[in-house]
Amino acid sequence: MTVSDHPRGGFWSDTGRSGLGSWIFSTDHKRIGLLYLFATFGFFLVGVVLGLLLKFELMTPGRTIMGAEAYNAVFTVHGVTMIFLFILPGFPGAFGNLVMPIQVGARDVAFPRLNLLSWWLYMGGALIVLTSLFTGNGPPDTGWTFYVPFSARTGTNVSLAVFGVFIIGFSAILTGLNFITTIHRLRAEGMTWGRLTLFTWSLYATAWVQILATPILAITLVLIMAERMLGTGLFDPGRGGDPLMYQHLFWIYSHPAVYIMILPAMGAISDIIPVFSRKPVFGYKMIAFSSIAIAAAGSLVWGHHMFTSGMSDRAVLVFSFLTFIVAIPSAIKVFNWVSTLYKGSISLEAPMLFALSFIILFSIGGLTGLILGAAATDVHVHDTQFVVGHFHYVMFGGTGFAFFAAMHYWLPKFFGRRYREKPAVIAWALMFIGFNILYFTMKVLGMKGMPRRYYDYLPEFATLNLVSTIGSWILAVGLVIMLVNLIRGLLRGEPFEGNPWGGATLEWSIPTPPPTENFAREPVVTHGPYDFTAMKE
Amino acid sequence: MTHPVHKDDFGAKLGMWLFLFTELLLFGGLFLLYAAYLHRYPREFAAAGKELDWMLGTANTVILLTSSLCAAMSVTAVQRGDNRRALGLLGGTILCAAGFLAIKYVEWGAKFGHGIYPGSERLRGGAPGESVFFSLYFMTTGIHGLHVLIGGGLLAWIATRVRAGRVAAGNHVLLENGALYWHLVDLVWIFIFPLYYLVL
Repeated sequence: MTVSDHPRGGFWSDTGRSGLGSWIFSTDHKRIGLLYLFATFGFFLVGVVLGLLLKFELMTPGRTIMGAEAYNAVFTVHGVTMIFLFILPGFPGAFGNLVMPIQVGARDVAFPRLNLLSWWLYMGGALIVLTSLFTGNGPPDTGWTFYVPFSARTGTNVSLAVFGVFIIGFSAILTGLNFITTIHRLRAEGMTWGRLTLFTWSLYATAWVQILATPILAITLVLIMAERMLGTGLFDPGRGGDPLMYQHLFWIYSHPAVYIMILPAMGAISDIIPVFSRKPVFGYKMIAFSSIAIAAAGSLVWGHHMFTSGMSDRAVLVFSFLTFIVAIPSAIKVFNWVSTLYKGSISLEAPMLFALSFIILFSIGGLTGLILGAAATDVHVHDTQFVVGHFHYVMFGGTGFAFFAAMHYWLPKFFGRRYREKPAVIAWALMFIGFNILYFTMKVLGMKGMPRRYYDYLPEFATLNLVSTIGSWILAVGLVIMLVNLIRGLLRGEPFEGNPWGGATLEWSIPTPPPTENFAREPVVTHGPYDFTAMKE
Repeated sequence: MTHPVHKDDFGAKLGMWLFLFTELLLFGGLFLLYAAYLHRYPREFAAAGKELDWMLGTANTVILLTSSLCAAMSVTAVQRGDNRRALGLLGGTILCAAGFLAIKYVEWGAKFGHGIYPGSERLRGGAPGESVFFSLYFMTTGIHGLHVLIGGGLLAWIATRVRAGRVAAGNHVLLENGALYWHLVDLVWIFIFPLYYLVL
């Protein structure tokens, strides 16, 4: 048998159905997970192209390829796509669905049909958002935050885009309650809370944030639509409303949403690092606890987005203090990862390289977050390129790189074939270098006072902007190499069998690719997720 | 490969309770705005609140409480194996929902007749707090009304399942979840009623 006709097997074929309908109407968590993966990653690539356009515009002062209004629309669509269509649904939708039910030893999630509905709602919402770009009076130009009063007045297609995001919110809520119920009710025999994988723990914390925060976004978006269509004036100062109330409501959701984005990424890293260090994770309980602590504390810090919006000084102080508290559980995670590496037998393969660069990039992003969390320094860098650099370090350098790590770590398991190692490492190196050139210069530019969300800038910022744009190209080249290598490898590469990396979690104990039923017999768990010695026996 | 259908009533109810949390938070956003704006415009809120008809509000409260009672009793009836009685009680709940919406229609209609609706000339010309009060009133009762409509529809669908015998003693988690949802709709009103009709 040659490599190319190695049968894929497992859930790809054991139901006997393989047409499009067997995928888009499947309630199998693995198929739904892959549907999410293709959809979210597709939107990620759209967002990347828009981001490259933004950087291209900033290559030289003045107009390079687009004017002010086009620039506004492009950065809005870039933000909306990346946040609502990729990064929020991406990790829970794709890897949460693929891996979590297997990791807890279940046959599927608690509500498989609801899970399918979530995907359809997500696709429906995404389609509405896309429609808003090409109909009406042009794509929204408010920024992804939809701030009033501009969002209530601009003639662009804000209402439709907001409605699409509202629908996607439903999808997030349903995924969240599905995951919580799954983790509570469907753990296999012997799968105690202390034996859950850290990825599952992080999804559990994420799911709570999805449930508790998303409804606030929903009502905020409804109010925006009412403001535009009915003229309620609830945020219109001319009629007694207060735009600051909008910002509060928006960030009550949107700051916790940051943790929806980063927590599953941290969980994936916590699963990958012990495997490639051949060593049990250090401080299991503290990592699990810190996921919950981040979710809880992170829900109380939204005001730090509004230090210069005209809140009272007392509120600024309280929010600043609470923001610093979030740094503690985040640092607990970083220290535990590093301690796991200590004296480990480290094997630098592609998933591990991405995971290690996650630690570095997330730490840089997190530490610069403290500069923004401190009220005094925030006033200086608020609404500058520094902010853009900061959250790209956390969101892209953090969640994005963790997503890539997860792709290299888990996808061969589900495709039954693997990518080639060398191009993966080259792609990683290019992306890591390009990333830092691109975003670190942004931070420097912000410190020097270059504001964000302008298509033009003063001549003194020209050199650094050019450097930053070149960085974006290096990053893009790395991304293309990674993608080609992954697609070629997963479709036609070497067979991937067994447990080559020696993972001790349940997904490595079942056939590759997993059968639709996951486990031939319901598993009985006898050891922890990172207990590598128990596995050898 | 056929597996026995996975059935977990406790899990189904857990999922429903989680969903109810999200509904509470959805209305929580509106109550938050109410609190903040009441703090800013206490006088205007008091004046505007007097224009709401507390008689109609009370009538609707009684109607909703009755409907919740019917829903709870229909669950008990199914548990005792009396599907006919459960069906009748569900009918009562749905009738109450319709009555609630009818009264709401009358209330809203009267307000519209007086030129009070979001973005109306009268509210644009009036005190700033008044416009905020009525916008919040219409948004909150409007979204609540939508929930009454959805809840009523849900219970009507469940009633057809009870009638077909698909929901029966020992297999009634669907009805329980429907009733839970209905209690939430009721509960939210229990907060709206005093805040808008009584305390101002």
